[in-house]
Amino acid sequence: MAEPLARAERITVRFGGLVAVNDATLDVHEGRIVGLIGPNGAGKTTLFATIAGFQRPDAGRVLFAGADITRLAPHRRARLGIARTFQIVQPFAGLTVRENIAVGAHLRHAGRSEALAAAEAVADRVGLALLLDLPAAALTVAGRKRLELARALATEPRLLLLDEVLAGLNPSEIRDMIPVIRAIRDGGVTVLMIEHVMQAVMALAEEIYVLAEGRIIARGAPEAVARDAAVIEAYLGHGAAGLARGAAHA
Amino acid sequence: MPLSPEILIQAVANGLLMGAIYALIALGLTLIYGVLHIINFAHGALLTAALFAAFFADRILGIDPWLSVLVLAPGFFALGYLLQRLVIWPASRGEDRAILLVTLGLAVIIENGLLFHFRSDTRTIDHPFAFAVVELGALLLPTTRVVAFAAALAVAAGLGLFLAATDTGRAIRAVAKERLGAELSGVDVAHIYAVTFGLGTACLAVAACLLLPSFYVTPQVGNAFVLVAFTIVVLGGMGSVPGALAGGLFIGVVESLTGLVWGETLGQLGIFLIFILVLLVRPQGLFGAKA
Amino acid sequence: MSGRFAPVLVVLAALALVPLFVSSNVALNFLKVALMLALAGTGWNLLGGYGGQFSFGHAVFFGTGAYAAAVLQVRFGINPWAAFAAGIALGAAVGLAIGWLTFRAGLRGSYFALVTLAFAEVARIIASVWPLTGAGAGILIPLQVGFPTLQFASRAEGFWFVLALVGAAMLLVRAIEGQRFGACLVAVRENEDAARALGVDVLAVKLSAITLSGAITASAGGFYAQTFLYLDAGIAYGPWISVEALLTAIVGGIGTVWGPLIGALVLQALSELGKELGGDAPGLGLVLFGAVLILVVRFAPQGIVGLARSLRPGRLARG
Repeated sequence: MAEPLARAERITVRFGGLVAVNDATLDVHEGRIVGLIGPNGAGKTTLFATIAGFQRPDAGRVLFAGADITRLAPHRRARLGIARTFQIVQPFAGLTVRENIAVGAHLRHAGRSEALAAAEAVADRVGLALLLDLPAAALTVAGRKRLELARALATEPRLLLLDEVLAGLNPSEIRDMIPVIRAIRDGGVTVLMIEHVMQAVMALAEEIYVLAEGRIIARGAPEAVARDAAVIEAYLGHGAAGLARGAAHA
Repeated sequence: MPLSPEILIQAVANGLLMGAIYALIALGLTLIYGVLHIINFAHGALLTAALFAAFFADRILGIDPWLSVLVLAPGFFALGYLLQRLVIWPASRGEDRAILLVTLGLAVIIENGLLFHFRSDTRTIDHPFAFAVVELGALLLPTTRVVAFAAALAVAAGLGLFLAATDTGRAIRAVAKERLGAELSGVDVAHIYAVTFGLGTACLAVAACLLLPSFYVTPQVGNAFVLVAFTIVVLGGMGSVPGALAGGLFIGVVESLTGLVWGETLGQLGIFLIFILVLLVRPQGLFGAKA
Repeated sequence: MSGRFAPVLVVLAALALVPLFVSSNVALNFLKVALMLALAGTGWNLLGGYGGQFSFGHAVFFGTGAYAAAVLQVRFGINPWAAFAAGIALGAAVGLAIGWLTFRAGLRGSYFALVTLAFAEVARIIASVWPLTGAGAGILIPLQVGFPTLQFASRAEGFWFVLALVGAAMLLVRAIEGQRFGACLVAVRENEDAARALGVDVLAVKLSAITLSGAITASAGGFYAQTFLYLDAGIAYGPWISVEALLTAIVGGIGTVWGPLIGALVLQALSELGKELGGDAPGLGLVLFGAVLILVVRFAPQGIVGLARSLRPGRLARG
């Protein structure tokens, strides 16, 4: 198989005495949508943060397009083509939607008018075209999530890291977002997404990694992962896999 | 000037005595930071105000500061309580930048109000014990400073006890640790904030009364003390009570020794440089948690 | 593009005409001081208003510009114009140095304010004991009116000089507003981590901001030296200028190009009012300023410009 676009290799992160991520390896191949799931507190965002550059791992490396970027600062990773959204949305509250997105566009466009034009184009792809002049603080949760997405997209990334971009959205908003994410991938951006909304991950991801208590406990196609006993136990507790099997036979 | 061991020990002793007062001032500051998470830029001005209050209590009413403290401490507690409740909190709505500006504004008002009213003449009082000394072996320690030392430590201990053993004290510690949780448990956070601010201001009143017998009063004097207090708080860790105590004594000794070698002005400079250095190298201080 | 600069140029041109119609010394002095404060405030505003890093020690830049101009002239016989320019360069260098130390250490918010306060105090103490700066006695620039000595023959000349400085600073800020640097600067103010994730080199942006800020405020100090011809540590590095620099920006409209100018005019007016009411006793002016600061924070956090914008019907108030 070809080299992965991004690889987190044997990553370990410790916070004091707590091991948040334990010897985890994760490959993201170009052109795919890869999902990272797991119970709360499993360490998903921490692993994410090592790829995005906001967390230094205590062991392991992060590779992007073959280069070792483990010690590279976040803003340099953005220049290389890694963009991320935040689990708790971080809009530039005092700026308009257009100005927000333009900050991302400025990474690739030095001129103000080019950046603003690029921002409008991105807003269009993401469904924010009508809200461009609103102050970011006036957006709903769904709007802010789209803004996070748009800002990251404006940096023209090769790899987009989405941290629970569907959290806090109602079912119809989720339904609306799924084609947007798919379109992003179809446009040539590789996606790694942390998600709790199972129906979305199952629908979107071609490959899923499951993280529990800091370790990767399963990896593969969505259907296979969903049936994996270790995964079921991680979510539902000890012995749940046996119960599930028993119920299936009954 | 030859530095004999006697002179050094005397300087250390003087430093410790002064350090206890510094610690008391720093205690108020660190308490306010630990609970409200604000850096009280008005601390210096409030100390100056307390010094003026104690001064006039002595000059006009003839009340010794060691007595007037019994009125001034509760009085300044109330002042602090009202300032937090009626001015700082409503004006800033809890936003960091706004709080910075409001406490700065208060500092400017209080300090310049005092300057305007009382001009910048230096004032001192004639305290009955002003020239008395206590003999400790070869050391000659000014009585006023020894009393201040003992009183400051007593107040610090009392404060510690209050925080540990009373309901209000527990509420204060709860809010400091986890504000939302405390609020959900029924603690009136606005009240606790105000109480904490009041306690910090009360500490200043006590420090002022202890300081007055052996010191002078000008509208700028509070600032000199408070930059030292900031240094202590940053050194000992923002929000750490033991840090404020240890830091206070330590800084008192450092100031005394550097003053001995370099003179007062450069001694002050040394303190500021330590302050900047600590902020740059280890802002959480020696005892504190990462900010 | 030039549409952005037009309003500023118009106002500057209008102000430039003032000395032709107003000859009262009192009025011209009032305006000169107000413009000097507006200049200092514009420097503060770039770092604090646009960049979100609140400095409580901008006196360190003002004093450096002032002392550089004075010391180089008086002690080293350097051409006053060159000394003035050197002061600006030195202000920039001090800004870069302080920024390098503090931003690399990750100091923000209250800690940054505190450390800038400390730097200003350190500068004040050093200036008060160093023979080069005149120690306690201060430094006096010999009176020698004329263009070569950068001393103003008339109040109008001084007015035009400081107006040119303020104009240049405001146009610079306007230009920054419309460029990538400006967009990155406000992004850093709003949310550093988000900016970082979008490729903004936060440290570089902050360093650029504080360097420019230092240069602008230093020019105000240089102007002070050339106008009043006397400095001491309390004047050059005193808290009064740190407070006034930030106050003009906050009262006028933080993070806007007009803020410091409007704020300076309003505060000077208040200061004169204070003198009417309280005589020449020191302190009353600053008491009023402290009260205004609190009131503005409470009732009009976006300053006068913010108030004006929110009153315009149908326009969204911008942050």
